[in-house]
Amino acid sequence: DDCILDYFMPLTIVLTSQNVPNSDWEKKVTEYFKEKLKENNATNWVPSLNDVPVHYLKPNSLVKFRCMVQDMFDPEFYMGVYETVDPNTNARVLHFGKYRDVAECGPQQEIDLNSSQTVTSERQTFYCVPVPGESAWVKEISFLTDQARVSPSTSYTPSRHKRSYEEDEDMDLHPSKQKEQHMGSGGDIHGCVEPKRLETEASAGHHLISPNCSPPLDLNFPLPGEKGPACLVKVYESWDNFKVNDVLEVYGILSVDPVLSIVNNEERDSTALDPMECMDTAEEHRVHSPPASLVPRIHVILAQKLQHINPLLPACLNEEESKTFVSNFMSELSPVRAELLGFLTHALLGDSLAAEYLILHLISTVYARRDVLPLGKFTVNLSGCPRNSIFTEHIYRIIQQLVPASYRLQMTIENMNHSRFIPHKDYAANRLVSGVLQLASNTSLVVDETQLEQGQLDTTGVHNVTALGNLITWQKVDYDFSYHQMEFPCNINVLITSEGRSLLPSDCQVHLQPQIIPPNMEEYMNSLLTAVLPSVLNKFRIYLSLLRLLDYSISDEVTKAVEEDFVEMRKNDPESITADDLHRTLLVARFLSLSAGQTTLSRERWLRAKQLEALRKVRLQQQKCVNGNEL
Amino acid sequence: IVRVRGVDLKTFSFIFFLAIPLDFDISSPLTYGTPSSRVEGTPRSGVRGTPVRQRPDLGSVRKARQVDLHSDGVAEDVATEQSLGQKLVIWGTDVNVASCKEKFQRFLQRFIDPLAKEDEDIGLDLNEPRYMQRLEEINMVGEPFLNVNCDHLRSFDENLYRQLICYPQEVIPTFDMAANEIFFDRYPDSILEHQIQVRPYNALKTRNMRSLNPEDIDQLITISGMVIRSSQLIPEMQEAFFKCQVCAFTTRVEIDRGRIAEPSVCKNCNTTHSMALIHNRSMFSDKQMIKLQESPEDMPAGQTPHTVVLFAHNDLVDKVQPGDRINVTGIYRAVPIRVNPRVSNVKSVYKTHIDVIHYRKTDAKRLHGVDEETEQKMFTEERVEILKELSKKPDIYERLSSALAPSIYEHEDIKKGILLQLFGGSRKDFTHTGRGNFRAEINILLCGDPGTSKSQLLQYVYNLVPRGQYTSGKGSSAVGLTAYVMKDPETRQLVLQTGALVLSDNGICCIDEFDKMNESTRSVLHEVMEQQTLSIAKAGIICQLNARTSILAAANPIESQWNPKKTTIENIQLPHTLLSRFDLIFLMLDPRDEAYDRRLARHLVSLYYRSEKKMEEEYMDMAVLRDYIAYARSYVNPRLSEEASQALIEAYVDMRKIGSGRGMVSAYPRQLESLIRLAEAHAKVRFSEKVETVDVEEAKHLHREALKQSATDPRTGIVDISILTTGMSTTARKRKEELAQALRKLIQSKGKTPALKYQQLFDDLRAQSDTAVTKEMFEEALRALADDDFLTVTGKTVRLL
Repeated sequence: DDCILDYFMPLTIVLTSQNVPNSDWEKKVTEYFKEKLKENNATNWVPSLNDVPVHYLKPNSLVKFRCMVQDMFDPEFYMGVYETVDPNTNARVLHFGKYRDVAECGPQQEIDLNSSQTVTSERQTFYCVPVPGESAWVKEISFLTDQARVSPSTSYTPSRHKRSYEEDEDMDLHPSKQKEQHMGSGGDIHGCVEPKRLETEASAGHHLISPNCSPPLDLNFPLPGEKGPACLVKVYESWDNFKVNDVLEVYGILSVDPVLSIVNNEERDSTALDPMECMDTAEEHRVHSPPASLVPRIHVILAQKLQHINPLLPACLNEEESKTFVSNFMSELSPVRAELLGFLTHALLGDSLAAEYLILHLISTVYARRDVLPLGKFTVNLSGCPRNSIFTEHIYRIIQQLVPASYRLQMTIENMNHSRFIPHKDYAANRLVSGVLQLASNTSLVVDETQLEQGQLDTTGVHNVTALGNLITWQKVDYDFSYHQMEFPCNINVLITSEGRSLLPSDCQVHLQPQIIPPNMEEYMNSLLTAVLPSVLNKFRIYLSLLRLLDYSISDEVTKAVEEDFVEMRKNDPESITADDLHRTLLVARFLSLSAGQTTLSRERWLRAKQLEALRKVRLQQQKCVNGNEL
Repeated sequence: IVRVRGVDLKTFSFIFFLAIPLDFDISSPLTYGTPSSRVEGTPRSGVRGTPVRQRPDLGSVRKARQVDLHSDGVAEDVATEQSLGQKLVIWGTDVNVASCKEKFQRFLQRFIDPLAKEDEDIGLDLNEPRYMQRLEEINMVGEPFLNVNCDHLRSFDENLYRQLICYPQEVIPTFDMAANEIFFDRYPDSILEHQIQVRPYNALKTRNMRSLNPEDIDQLITISGMVIRSSQLIPEMQEAFFKCQVCAFTTRVEIDRGRIAEPSVCKNCNTTHSMALIHNRSMFSDKQMIKLQESPEDMPAGQTPHTVVLFAHNDLVDKVQPGDRINVTGIYRAVPIRVNPRVSNVKSVYKTHIDVIHYRKTDAKRLHGVDEETEQKMFTEERVEILKELSKKPDIYERLSSALAPSIYEHEDIKKGILLQLFGGSRKDFTHTGRGNFRAEINILLCGDPGTSKSQLLQYVYNLVPRGQYTSGKGSSAVGLTAYVMKDPETRQLVLQTGALVLSDNGICCIDEFDKMNESTRSVLHEVMEQQTLSIAKAGIICQLNARTSILAAANPIESQWNPKKTTIENIQLPHTLLSRFDLIFLMLDPRDEAYDRRLARHLVSLYYRSEKKMEEEYMDMAVLRDYIAYARSYVNPRLSEEASQALIEAYVDMRKIGSGRGMVSAYPRQLESLIRLAEAHAKVRFSEKVETVDVEEAKHLHREALKQSATDPRTGIVDISILTTGMSTTARKRKEELAQALRKLIQSKGKTPALKYQQLFDDLRAQSDTAVTKEMFEEALRALADDDFLTVTGKTVRLL
């Protein structure tokens, strides 16, 4: 099958097409791949770095990677076209340098650095990490489908390992053919096998060296305990469109060239002695050119920003095909909502009001910003959670099962004082050191305040709490660049579980009123999850991701009604409703309508929103009375 | 400074890549030019007597092969150079050394720019050729560097400017030659450390680090940024000294593209591989690596800043510190990274850096004076046109104020006040009359109920102005606001770190929760808000920093809700000394009014469904607003007109009259100053160079509005400025006095008792008085009498004196 071969050998295509240097080939290559990737779900054929460990993938093959841009390095100038010279025969050959890290040339040749034919080009390097807090189910589902198509019978096991060796041999022949074409003479198989041997040596050597000479490289994942490859993604066009924290899916050529590791070692040797090299500190080298076995490079052919990472939804909702998917799902929306409400009610120990608010919270998203004011954020403070109980942990587990990306932040004094919340620039290594608050859009952040004890916050702690507060109020994080701060807008759904009212700001506080107290919380919660059919669970997942992406409007008529309502309420009791209350009620109305699949506000929904708010407030009032003091 | 350093020989083999010599050309910088030009151009004794200093900033001397265009047949348009007969150009360029030199000399001798305004122009006669005066300066001062503004060169000779930008490595040495010839022609007896080096700056081509691209390689560029790291001094070999081990023949080899070509054969005795490097007879120059990061203002949102490596040489070493903002002019370089001499594969990436030719700190003067020159944002002509067009609109003031934080509903007067604050008054200097600087910044305090979007307004302002700072009174300490001394962990050097107030110099410092700020922190503000300076005496560092910042503060009432029965001071519990330093104090209260509610509801509902785009159309773009303010701040400097002064005087007299009718002072000179500032700011909004009566009217209006809100005595309903200036309304003070008198009478009526019971006295006074007397009032009266030496209070007894 030619097609399949193509995916494993993209560089071959690039190489063959570049025998005659002309400027068109670049365009052709990109177009060729774009075409190929469109063909009948061809994207599923491409192995993913999220799924397959690097050492099982062939160098120079086409791979895909779903990731978040964690940092952007400086632009790189590279040899777009370079010339090699054979010192003996003086024969000159032109080569292309795009999509590669190393300017190759044969054993008998050397690169003419002063050639007038040399073309310098520019590319941008992004440091990318897998989407932080990605739920396990996202991975399972997205690669289940992939695997099924690549090799229906075998899942990813060592047997695959074996297969890759066979293909390796197959591969080795091709580059050699290529090289023959290039050099015109004297390309032999040994010359090509050699780098392979070097690779093993280099990697073996590396493993030996690394523990002794330097601490293991921090891969700079925003969240502690994350796994997965970090990648240096090299972008060749329109890199200005990408921003830090964007979620991308990139298709590109995997470069784990062993020479890169050699480069690394050589440089490391020399840095100790060479004062010129000292300036680019060893630290910066480690970060900017880490061993390729650890941080592979991807030379991007195609990169797209993702609206969401839910594999159950079509990637792009504007296409014709996806529209039918959406309309089909919308038609059966109300049973899904009812089921989800029931499910969450059980999870919240029978409190249906809290469950209702939780749904609204889960479909909230910042849809616009008016000057500094983010619109559409809906931070819920779920108060009345039992202290020191596994309840909050289980709530998080359930949310994790529903949303594609989430993180549970345990708000302990220890955590506040010692963790890194705000990303900061490390000038020694010249990189942005990540922090917990560097999250992709629409990540669910569950802050567990029930864990908080009395105690002393130190400077870091105060900063962290302030940053968390800013994140909630303004949906932005001020990254610390030591000489100045830089503001990065974000879109993170924050749910705060607490005993009393949270010390963090929130848009809406819901006091939990459990209807049932299960004797064994653990058992109760676990049985809840196992009781849900996977197909139903998937519907919940689609529901929550899809509704976020819908548009919404309010008709003039309803606007009038809302206006009247507000004026009326103020007339009766100006204390009872302020502008803030109106803000909140409008938000509740928005998400209430959307949660029922309606994209315009109706009068009924407005009344329902008011009713919900009234119920919620009564509870808070009761709570105040019970406690006898202000919350 | 060329130094000989004792460096271990072993190190050299790593510093310098000793390559096999190819066709190495031992040319000194002065071998440029045709032979004829050299003969006629350099016979001056001065030039000969003064040593040439290497210019590592230009990189190694490229083999400057000259190509005769006639024989080459390259059809290039060099018509102007034809008169010279010979058409020799430096290989790879279109630069003809002789004509280039002649043109530059003409530029030096003739360039006059009477309109030039530069900070270093002090003492220059603008109607004489400026660079000749500079040369004279060099003769007197002895600093052999000639800074040349590329913009001048461009206006003088466009082609020469282009050549300089495109081939700096070739053109600058030619300029050096030209400058030296003129200099030593004029001042043959001058003794300089080395020959004059020309340092061009302000190359217009590139301004932004982000726009650097491969086309800029080897060209002269100017970019701005912030220094984030600087390395230690690195000795770099300029010239290697080799000695033959066999015959002791010596030779010197210059550095070429970072490498020294080791002679493999001794020229004298023909022994191979006999030449050894003698390190302490080799020549070295200082070198330093500096990392420059994009300035935060230049960056697109959502991206991380780029950095670029600079190499500074010789006297430019250690001229800048991390944290400095600088403009750098230099040559952009890209060097291939050689992986390994043994492996022919090369990493296909270049290392890039800039060889610094000229630095210019943009914030050095910020601490000492006004730096309008460098602060000025570059506006394109079209942009200025748009802004000027806007300024002519009759409703520009309303337009701008409604564009300010459109998501916050109404509060128009407050927005207008903030708008004027953004523009600021005109800066006046009264140093010569001994009054020092007059504050031009307008300070505003917002107080009011929680949840009336005060914070949002502050956030908006903070985001709008380029040099804004946002702090919360709760979290900030005096140290965080002012400056603190920190020990740099690397260099163990003490560094003065500046806090929010200093950082917002020439900007706005937004302080939220002003009331929560502790006493000592607040005391810092006293100096800042009137004198606009900050004095620091810490860890042996005593200095006064400029903090010409406007303060926009927000305060919540002490009780959670604003108590309309109390005065402003009583509500927010801030010292009146501080309050009187605010030009405008606004109350943001929740108005209880149906029509308002209705409009508010409509406004809020619209937020929740209208698309972002639609909303943008309605209001002025934030970027336009920002540019408008920046332009007005830097280019418009209104002065009071005759009528306006008259109007101001009248306004002030009126204000005082109102009060005097009721026996109280209702205006102080501070209020007059406020009025002037507000009027000036309003004139700036109109881009008017003159403050006119309309401006005064608006200033009066705003001032009155603010007073009406904040200085109304709740007991009498009369606007009373003394609430803000003394912390107490005149009536309240009167009442206090009356009470004290009543108490005195009461005590005197008791006859000659040396001591009285405290509680007894209090009860008596209450029984006697027709108004309610609180304990506080009673104590105050006691204190007043104690101040008069009438009595003393000890514990629970009151003794008469």
